[in-house]
Amino acid sequence: MTSDKTTKQETAKKTPDLKHMLGQMLLIRRFEERAAQAYGLRKIGGFLHLYIGQEAVAVGSIAHLDLKRDYVYTAYRDHGHAIACGMDINGLMAELYGKEAGCSRGKGGSMHFFDKEKHFMGGNGIVGAHIKIWNLPVVFICENNQYGMGTDFRRVSSVEDFSIMGQSYGIPGKQVNGMDLLEVHKEVGEAVKRAKEEGTPSLLEIKTYRYKGHSMSDPAKYRTKEELEEYKNQDPILILKSHLLEKKLLTEDEFLKMDKTMKEQVKTAADYAEKSPEPELKSLYEDVLV
Amino acid sequence: MAVITYREALRQALEEEMHRDKNVILLGEEVAQYNGAYKVSKGLLDTFGEERIIDTPITEEGFTGVAIGAAMAGMRPVVEWMTFNFSIQAMDQVFNNAAKMLYMSGGQFNIPIVFRGPNGPAEYLASQHSQALASVYAHFPGLKVVAPATPYDAKGLLKSAIRDDNPVVFMEAELMYAWEGDVPDNEYLIEIGKADLKKEGDDVSIITFGKPLQIVTEAAKVLEKKGIYADILDLLSLRPLDEEAILKTVKKTNRAVIVDESWPVAGMASHIGWIISNKAFDFLDAPVELVTSEDVPMPYNHTLELAAQPSVDKIVQAAQKVMYIREA
Repeated sequence: MTSDKTTKQETAKKTPDLKHMLGQMLLIRRFEERAAQAYGLRKIGGFLHLYIGQEAVAVGSIAHLDLKRDYVYTAYRDHGHAIACGMDINGLMAELYGKEAGCSRGKGGSMHFFDKEKHFMGGNGIVGAHIKIWNLPVVFICENNQYGMGTDFRRVSSVEDFSIMGQSYGIPGKQVNGMDLLEVHKEVGEAVKRAKEEGTPSLLEIKTYRYKGHSMSDPAKYRTKEELEEYKNQDPILILKSHLLEKKLLTEDEFLKMDKTMKEQVKTAADYAEKSPEPELKSLYEDVLV
Repeated sequence: MAVITYREALRQALEEEMHRDKNVILLGEEVAQYNGAYKVSKGLLDTFGEERIIDTPITEEGFTGVAIGAAMAGMRPVVEWMTFNFSIQAMDQVFNNAAKMLYMSGGQFNIPIVFRGPNGPAEYLASQHSQALASVYAHFPGLKVVAPATPYDAKGLLKSAIRDDNPVVFMEAELMYAWEGDVPDNEYLIEIGKADLKKEGDDVSIITFGKPLQIVTEAAKVLEKKGIYADILDLLSLRPLDEEAILKTVKKTNRAVIVDESWPVAGMASHIGWIISNKAFDFLDAPVELVTSEDVPMPYNHTLELAAQPSVDKIVQAAQKVMYIREA
């Protein structure tokens, strides 16, 4: 995972490195599982919004970017995007633990990961704080996990297809299946190409599904077990894995080894976060204009 | 009398007022099927149906504006903001429409509406979700602003707020929802604009409102062990402000500490400090002390976030300072 990013991005532009992306999705999944565990042990506090189930969206999209020139902005469910941008998971876990070594010095927490160097412009906590639009090379992705906290989006929206919402600004839109990394990768690739070659925006609605509650305090009683199972059967990691097995690009052994590596990395990150020092009291008045 | 939670007190007030007046409706994110993000509206959908308990999309500016329009047309909406942090999205509607409509229309359109939800820091929620916005809302003429901190006050004030013909901003707190207290079985109302002397003492006046009432009460106990007896004045309403009660306690003790979890610059605390220095100057034996949040956005780290807020210790120190007591 910490392999040379430039190489990774160049590869992504030519032929997609699907194995690498599978690894990223696995790392996100294992990171989130570990975070949930740490939350249970009260090592992490506040709101913790997990990305489990949605991995293909961040990974398949960000794979197209050259993070020396391109930027990523996202909302409060930001762990997956941060990992897909190649942020060091030790710093991410330390941030969740509120430590000085965290990516936001322990001041941001789960919803406010940032990395200036990696062009990860952050987790923004306020839903609906939208960016306004000129004709800019921006790919707007509406990552629709189908629930606004506990409310099914169909109950409060007059349309089921959000990709049409850019039409009044002349922005082309498309709906994408976010459980299938190959589809995400293809469609985002075209939108990124349009942005880079023509300098114009796109709006993609990528339909996905979060397996866990909105945050750790949400038991998610508003949906049926059947619905959750239906999506778990289309798990983005399993879909990509099956594809790679079928194409003989991956063996079951390689997959198990990859998963083991990710689990080890996440464990290292948790140990790192645990051992990192608390921020000093004087840091309260640092990074602020007074 | 029954001991109930702050959350239950709010729910009872809503339920009673909705039975009393069919024009009262509740709308906001997750208020109906989910029973409220903090379960304040539990069971109300079953009782009143989806025409009166309305789930909205995540569009604070949109549904707040819809509710203000409904109020202009004669409804009495209660708008639940999942938190006041999200109300920042709706401020244009609140300040430019709700607050000014009566004035701008030459008295034709009053806006009988309540905007309510948790305000101020809870725990571990970082900068964007830990803001105490009382001073911001209290800045605007045309709004009433209340911030009760006990189940008794919450129930009586919410009922008054719903019956009020003007926009009332009603500030709760995540951490207060589970707090318990006595509430009478019979119906009662609490008048908006009246402060409540929660505890009597002759040495120093501690003036506060909202969630910090709890740490002020604890601080007063610590002070009593040191032989210092405090008046605790709970303002309950910030607008209109009970100046009479403020001046009365200060004229009695001659010393004042104001505790406000908002930021110190241009805040309620500094405004009250000005009222005291302007109208009770000759009664003061010491400069007024303020205990506010530190002048920084809220950090996520728990030690830092506690250091950023008023505390029992800070209040005790401030009370001792206005009494010129220096501890070795």
